[in-house]
Amino acid sequence: MPRSLHSLLGLTAAVFIIVISLSGAVLSLNPALERVETVIPASGQVSVAELGGKVAQHYPGAEQIQRTSSGTLIVYYTQDGRSGADRVNPETGQGIAPYVPSAFSRWVKNLHRSFFLGSAGRAVAGIAALAMVILSISGTLLLAARLGGWHQLLRPVRGNLSQRLHIELSRAAVLALLLSALTGVYLSTSTFGLVPEGVEAEPEFPLKVSGAPPAAIDTLSALKTIDLNTLHELVFPYPDDPEDVYSLTTDQGAGYIDQASGEWLSYRPHDVTYRLHEFIKMLHTGEGLWWLGLILSVAALTVPVMAVTGTLIWWARQRSKPRIADNSHANTADSVILVGSEGNTTWGFARVLHDSLVQAGHRVHSAPMNQLAPHYRHAQRLFILTATYGDGDAPASANRFLTRLDNIPQASILPVAVLGFGDQQFPRFCGFAKDVEASLAARGWPQLLAFDTINRQSPQAFTRWGNALGNILGTELTLTHAPKPPSTTTLVLTDRVIYGTDVQAPTAVLRFKADEHGGKTSLPYFEAGDLVGILPPTCQPKRQTPRLYSLASASTDGSLEICVRQHPSGLCSRFLHELPLGGTIEAFIQPNPNFRPATGRMPTVLIGAGTGIGPLMGFIRHNTYHRPMYLYWGGRNPQSDFLYKPELMTYLADKRLTQLNTSFSRIEQRAYVQDKLRDDAPEIRQLIDKGAQFLVCGGRDMAANVMATLEDIIAPLGINVATLKSQGRYREDVY
Amino acid sequence: MKNLMATALALTLAATLALPPLAQAREVTFTTELTNYGGDGAYLALYLTDGDGKYQKTLWVAGEKSKYYKHLRDWARGSGQRSDEYDGLTGASVASGRTLDLTLDLPDELIDAGYEVRVDTAVEDMRDNRADIIVPLTSEGADQPVSGKGYVQSLRYTF
Repeated sequence: MPRSLHSLLGLTAAVFIIVISLSGAVLSLNPALERVETVIPASGQVSVAELGGKVAQHYPGAEQIQRTSSGTLIVYYTQDGRSGADRVNPETGQGIAPYVPSAFSRWVKNLHRSFFLGSAGRAVAGIAALAMVILSISGTLLLAARLGGWHQLLRPVRGNLSQRLHIELSRAAVLALLLSALTGVYLSTSTFGLVPEGVEAEPEFPLKVSGAPPAAIDTLSALKTIDLNTLHELVFPYPDDPEDVYSLTTDQGAGYIDQASGEWLSYRPHDVTYRLHEFIKMLHTGEGLWWLGLILSVAALTVPVMAVTGTLIWWARQRSKPRIADNSHANTADSVILVGSEGNTTWGFARVLHDSLVQAGHRVHSAPMNQLAPHYRHAQRLFILTATYGDGDAPASANRFLTRLDNIPQASILPVAVLGFGDQQFPRFCGFAKDVEASLAARGWPQLLAFDTINRQSPQAFTRWGNALGNILGTELTLTHAPKPPSTTTLVLTDRVIYGTDVQAPTAVLRFKADEHGGKTSLPYFEAGDLVGILPPTCQPKRQTPRLYSLASASTDGSLEICVRQHPSGLCSRFLHELPLGGTIEAFIQPNPNFRPATGRMPTVLIGAGTGIGPLMGFIRHNTYHRPMYLYWGGRNPQSDFLYKPELMTYLADKRLTQLNTSFSRIEQRAYVQDKLRDDAPEIRQLIDKGAQFLVCGGRDMAANVMATLEDIIAPLGINVATLKSQGRYREDVY
Repeated sequence: MKNLMATALALTLAATLALPPLAQAREVTFTTELTNYGGDGAYLALYLTDGDGKYQKTLWVAGEKSKYYKHLRDWARGSGQRSDEYDGLTGASVASGRTLDLTLDLPDELIDAGYEVRVDTAVEDMRDNRADIIVPLTSEGADQPVSGKGYVQSLRYTF
């Protein structure tokens, strides 16, 4: 609910909110600019009488003195039949320059409050301000839900560039934006008379004045008691009219003063509502609080960026939303399919199941696992098809499933069939699917079908599972799914550096560029730590599954860089090692937003061995803000396979890398990366106290050894790696 | 140039001014041209005073929001801003450089009798002008544009 409200409102109001924010950002600079040009005497230092006297010397034809909320003093006068206005020095009463209100500011102000459309425009501006209030609140709710609660609201975040920008900017600016928007809504509603704005005090006009010859203005007793800093305006009497009076308005009230006796003839304080209105206006405009104006201005500048990134995030979500034909509503469906997918391949299987069930006459609802509803009104069965991320973790579209499951009432329990997707060469094969199955069993959900798994997207296994399901449902289900190969981009090899030939571990750092002959001049978008899928050319009719490599560069670097070790029997690695410069590959990007440093300045510990240095190298290269980064890396022999040695030395020197810890396994003092970690245990514990996060990349055995070692290291702190994982501070990219 | 035309108003000024019984009325057109002062729409009050500048009667108030009327200072003071002084005599504010045309019926007795037409003006975030312009209401003065000192470029009346 908050999500669709947030997206829908944001998309609808985006243009108006951008205009209002940018114009507001310009306007709220004015108080500070004005402040720079103005001298503001200390309070109690100059009285209105004193200033009036000085102004009268320089301006015999002075008619009115006005003080803006930001402290600028303006004298209006008539000289030789023409009227003029000057800014004056508050201490001397001397003119500084003619006062000409800025036409540009007036233009921006009218744009800001009414889009030049009069009352209708003012109403639109008010509604846009209200939309901003709702966006700020719904956005905060969404963020709290995403990060796991209110106390986690300031936690570092991962995600793609749009998401990080959107979240980081909103966290920095939301309070200021909420202040601008709420006060804007108030000002708008008061303009339309929906809330009282109060009235400026209007004292009775005195019926009787002393009529004696006027006294000099600096001798008038009432004006002597008024501090200049509280002045709004002072209107002088007509020079030759003994019946006329001084009229004075201040922060507190307004009144008339006799020009001969200097006494108050009448006075009335402003009412409370009016003073509240003025206070809120000050909070909105920054007039009188220049530093607040600056804060509001900077905060407003984030709005266009958030509108653009918000739209991109929405668009990406729409595009990745699998399009399912005949998707019934959650409350009308008799069968519900929930999908846990990281790269959308599991959705392909879900779609086949969905279509077959629909063909068999069922009403089917398919949705991501995170959308598990507390109750499905007509559902008779639930299917869960899920992949596993990394080492037994939930994939992106299922990371909140287990929490949601805790809140499902007993009465909503359905017969359920869980089908896991994974790759058997990983130790925790279908680990997350198994966790889901176990959680459901523990909560008493009956099995519709025994837990089953699909290895490496096997179409045969999926068909078999479909047959078993058909038997139970009493219909024939033929599930045939041939995963569609992803659409690829042609890349050209432009650079190759070989390491490790002497230690029987030939490892290549390969750089590719877009194939300009193929018409493509730019690389697809990716960040360091994302994955590139490469399809080796096939010589047999056997279907090729793409090989995934972690990226050591971002598309902004201008090239796609990977680090590949040649395995004796590796088809793809041999292909890549033998590829001549200028040779081409077919590749696609698979985003891996969970494996990269979280935002913020917390220390980052990068741990890897062999080619696992690839993405870590990318992170270091992009650490231009110099957050503390520690690299623990293991190789075989420093003489042969010290990958990226020259580059690492450069980064140590320019502080992108804080500390480099290497260990080598084929030298006299052989050591593995976990040994080095153990040696540094006290330092590691210190880093954890400072909020450090760990990013581990490399082979399975190394990752297991590192995790076991880290368990030992942090045990004295009373935490374990699982704690770090749940806080998003321990991430692995393991192969 | 856009003209703002106030509908002809039959003002029964004689009754309020305690003049001799109304003999004849005359149609008078007031043309108030504003300078390019470069601000938002101006609020104007056109009103009659006696020769000493004492407020007599409102002719027209341009500007929709009565909360800003106090900035038309002399008029506000003279009329006390009582709404029965200006009921039915208000219209839109006048933009920079534009002209306000106002046609109304005035009793003959007001002409050549020492009365003056005054205009007070005010613009948001700019100065207020008390008696931006003062023009005696006389037969010789007809068709003679007179310039003001504030936002009023000229005021001219024709019978």
